[in-house]
Amino acid sequence: MHRFANPARFQRLAGAVLPWSAGLTVVLLAAGLWFALLSSPPDYQQGETVRIMYVHVPSAWMSMFIYMNLAVASAVGLVWKHPLADLAARAMAPIGATFTAVCLITGSLWGQPMWGTWWAWDARLTSVLILLFLYLGHIALTNAFDDATRGARAGAILALVGAVNVPIIKFSVDWWNTLHQPASVTRLDAPAVHPAMLVPLLLMAFAFLAYFVTVLILRLRAEIAARKLRTLRLAQGVDTTALAGRNA
Amino acid sequence: MSGNASFIWSAYAAAAVLLIGLLIASLRSLRRREAELAEAESSAAPRRRRGVTR
Repeated sequence: MHRFANPARFQRLAGAVLPWSAGLTVVLLAAGLWFALLSSPPDYQQGETVRIMYVHVPSAWMSMFIYMNLAVASAVGLVWKHPLADLAARAMAPIGATFTAVCLITGSLWGQPMWGTWWAWDARLTSVLILLFLYLGHIALTNAFDDATRGARAGAILALVGAVNVPIIKFSVDWWNTLHQPASVTRLDAPAVHPAMLVPLLLMAFAFLAYFVTVLILRLRAEIAARKLRTLRLAQGVDTTALAGRNA
Repeated sequence: MSGNASFIWSAYAAAAVLLIGLLIASLRSLRRREAELAEAESSAAPRRRRGVTR
């Protein structure tokens, strides 16, 4: 991991990965949507509304997966001061917030026809809403300081404290009574989902993962360019001040 | 898609709007910052050269 913390090496690696991740996103999304909307059967209880599952569940997985990555990047940034770790955390937060918003909106649109309500303050829904606030808090906190290093440190502490919410989301359906159904794919025994539905679900999950990699590379490149620009302007400011001092 | 088609299409539309919106925002931010960096580097280069000859 130390080798890839070098921004120049990362740029070379990202340049090689980006076309593949972008291509995979398009191909997997096309296949996933075809299965999700046209080829998979309706559910025997939920009917056609089960098709919402193919965007809702993968976005829920991504929201937690990205948060764990955000927490790891924050820990690496705090402990080892890797040059890319803080930038990676900054780049990940808006992607995680977007997937969490997709999860909440699609869940609400699934809840109304199935449960008869858009929202319920139960453990699973509330803990996912807290996850969205953690992402938004991270974005606000890292941008709240003039000194980017202090902003990154404050954001990293929030990300690490908030990591406790991820197992709460995962196990909330087992620990408390909730409207939400328990895990049906990530179980110790075999998944409780029929292969005709599991295929589009996994295709959409991998499409979202490829999308995450693609957008992360784009945002990380933008963060690297912004940091170079800050350093350059700082150096120019020092030059100008020195020149003004000499001419005075 | 029975009587629930509006819920299903709204869910896919919301996901598409948010994910495509983030992709476009990320691309635009990258282009803007790279252009600003290129401009700053090109304006810094002659100044550095002048500094060396002086």
